[in-house]
Amino acid sequence: MSIAAQDDLNVPDAHYVRVGQVDALPPPIAASGAIGWMRANLFSSPANILLTLLTAALILWIVPPVIEFVFTHAVWSGADREACLPTADRPEVGACWAFVRDRFSYFIYGSYPIPERWRVDIFFAMLAIGIFWMLWLEAPRRDLGALYFFVIVPIVSYILLTGMPLLGLRKVDTSLWGGVLVTIVVSWVGIVFSLPIGILLALGRRSTMPAVKLLSVIFIEFVRGVPLITVLFMASVMLPLFVPDAYSPDKLLRALIGIAMFASAYMAEVVRAGLQAMPKGQYEGAMAVGLGYWQMMYLIILPQALKITIPNIVNTYIGLFKDTTLVVIVGIFDFLHTVEVSRIDPKWAAPTTSATGYVFAAIFYFIFCFSMSRYAKGVEARLGKADRR
Amino acid sequence: MSIAQDSGPPKVSLIYDPKVRSIAYQVILCAIIIFLAYSAVRNAIDNLARAHIASGFGFWNQTAGFDISQTLISYTAQSGTYGRAFWIGLLNTLLVAAIGIVLATIVGFLVGIARLSKNFLLARLSAGYVEMIRNVPLLLQLLFWYNAVLKALPDLRDSWSLPGSIYLNNRGFFAPYPIFSGGIELVVAAFVVGVIGALGFSIWARKRQEQTGQQSPVALVSLGLIIGLPIIAFFAAGMPATLEFPEKGRFNIRGGLEILPEFVALLIGLTLYTGAFIAEVVRAGIMAVSKGQTEAAGALGLRTGPTLKLVVIPQAMRVIIPPLTNQYLNLTKNSSLAVFVGYPDLVQIFTGTVLNQTGQAVEVVSITMAVYLTISLLTSLTMNWYNSRIALVER
Repeated sequence: MSIAAQDDLNVPDAHYVRVGQVDALPPPIAASGAIGWMRANLFSSPANILLTLLTAALILWIVPPVIEFVFTHAVWSGADREACLPTADRPEVGACWAFVRDRFSYFIYGSYPIPERWRVDIFFAMLAIGIFWMLWLEAPRRDLGALYFFVIVPIVSYILLTGMPLLGLRKVDTSLWGGVLVTIVVSWVGIVFSLPIGILLALGRRSTMPAVKLLSVIFIEFVRGVPLITVLFMASVMLPLFVPDAYSPDKLLRALIGIAMFASAYMAEVVRAGLQAMPKGQYEGAMAVGLGYWQMMYLIILPQALKITIPNIVNTYIGLFKDTTLVVIVGIFDFLHTVEVSRIDPKWAAPTTSATGYVFAAIFYFIFCFSMSRYAKGVEARLGKADRR
Repeated sequence: MSIAQDSGPPKVSLIYDPKVRSIAYQVILCAIIIFLAYSAVRNAIDNLARAHIASGFGFWNQTAGFDISQTLISYTAQSGTYGRAFWIGLLNTLLVAAIGIVLATIVGFLVGIARLSKNFLLARLSAGYVEMIRNVPLLLQLLFWYNAVLKALPDLRDSWSLPGSIYLNNRGFFAPYPIFSGGIELVVAAFVVGVIGALGFSIWARKRQEQTGQQSPVALVSLGLIIGLPIIAFFAAGMPATLEFPEKGRFNIRGGLEILPEFVALLIGLTLYTGAFIAEVVRAGIMAVSKGQTEAAGALGLRTGPTLKLVVIPQAMRVIIPPLTNQYLNLTKNSSLAVFVGYPDLVQIFTGTVLNQTGQAVEVVSITMAVYLTISLLTSLTMNWYNSRIALVER
């Protein structure tokens, strides 16, 4: 009945009734795509528009001069200061990269004797392998890697860098070391020593033995309460007084001792935070299965505590890496100091030499620190993912 | 003998008794430390005697004989003692640290909030600033500001002059300086009264709000009392101050306020560096307040301003305060980098010049360390007290 009635109506012929569905119109152009994005993120309100304009003006004020300085007006080659002096047909001189090119090997090796520099290269390569092994969390045999990084590399590189006449390696005095070599050596010694000493101090601070606890607390709080410069001063001028004259350490060793002390105290606090984050059940479980203190720490607590502290440990390393610039106070030619010495060299005395040197140094430190901080962020995200399961 | 063995716990060797072991470990540790300390002291005495260096604090009252470029208290090379030089250095350190803390807090809060802004450009610019500054050593930044920026300013003859007799050149920053004459006490008194009045008003306002629920314009009234009252007093006393303008001669600038380029470089460096770290602290603190809090405030009918003031900021501050304290301490400790740009702070004067002149390394370095330790401990104590006041009270 009803079907027949529908047929009578002859719907298909009625052109004013639509049978098929019409495709949806695209969203208004102002709400999607680049324009929509800009509306939402840049021009959503009068205040926002003002902010955008001010920020854009600031960026326009800063960025083009920097690009001009670093690229377009820069001098890329030349033998001495003449190349970087402003002349009549070139009144604006940007960065003097010719200076950096000329001094590049000095920045890397300092005054390390030129025929022996292959030893430094091998050291860098060995260190790079070790770092890669330690940082790649899925790498095969990371236990071997730790052994390699914390034991083999230090011994081999010590022999390699200072020299051993027995093996036919000429002795190289540490006063000749400089540049990136010293920066890497100092920060790496800080890294290698601060972790174990820091762990011991952190365990000491949480110990039930009052004397151990007190000594750890005094050391940690004392070192963290004073600036690194004073610790370096102490290592530099007081340390030689405290040991017999014959054993007086050389300048580099003094700085290394100071840096290691300083980094250990900060590392201790980072590790302590990780230890505190461990649930008490982990300690109790370890004790319940009959493990002694060191077994409990080595097998149960530290692996977990250190894993969650990796981001903070890396952040401490970033701080340490930046702090190595201060060793110049005890008269060591680290990378920044080689730049500082070169920039006042009359051979390259030009208006932009100083700025060029600093920009180059800044790029160097930025690359290292930024990649470390990215790594820490990556590990943090990974750990966060594991926790969310 | 056999009876004793049957009753009570089995007797173990003393070596396996944890208590005995722990005591033994501690005794051994203390013995090692004491031995090290003893041999260090003995070596030090030997070495000092061999180098003919006096020990003790007798140098404190000796004439220093060197000049200091910035002195907040009177000092001359002829009559000043090492002790006075120490106080000058300490005051200079505190001066740069105090101004630096204020400026870094302002920069840090602005950038931290800007980084959370919905405005894409602003958020990115702030993020770029933070990443750039945090990943470059402070020393490099200080050297850059000092050597590449401030030392590259025009020399005295071509000083940049700004309106109001302000000169800027590579010898520093010169500005008019007020000189006060009699009657200024009235202004100071008015200021004190204003501060006390503002404090009283805020206490009264809080009590009133607790009892009646009515709010009072505390910020406005305090501002009026603290700033307005001294201004009125200033005019009432017949304007007892004149500005001393710097006068530019051919070879130097006389009079007025002179700010050393070393000070400016250190201040810019410390402010920007610590500001970047504070920005991260602030960002983390604001992000730590869950979104539900803002939504609940909205549901209660609070507008954006009151939501921030009454709900978000008080909770964020709880997270922000401890790391913020740490940054303040870092700034104070980092001000010791003054030695690299030649600003006469504690380390530059005392651990630098005085140590070189007297050679008394142990005393000088110990005093310097003691000063920084005291500052650190005092700040920590104050902040712990403040922190415990605002901390969440849990069951």
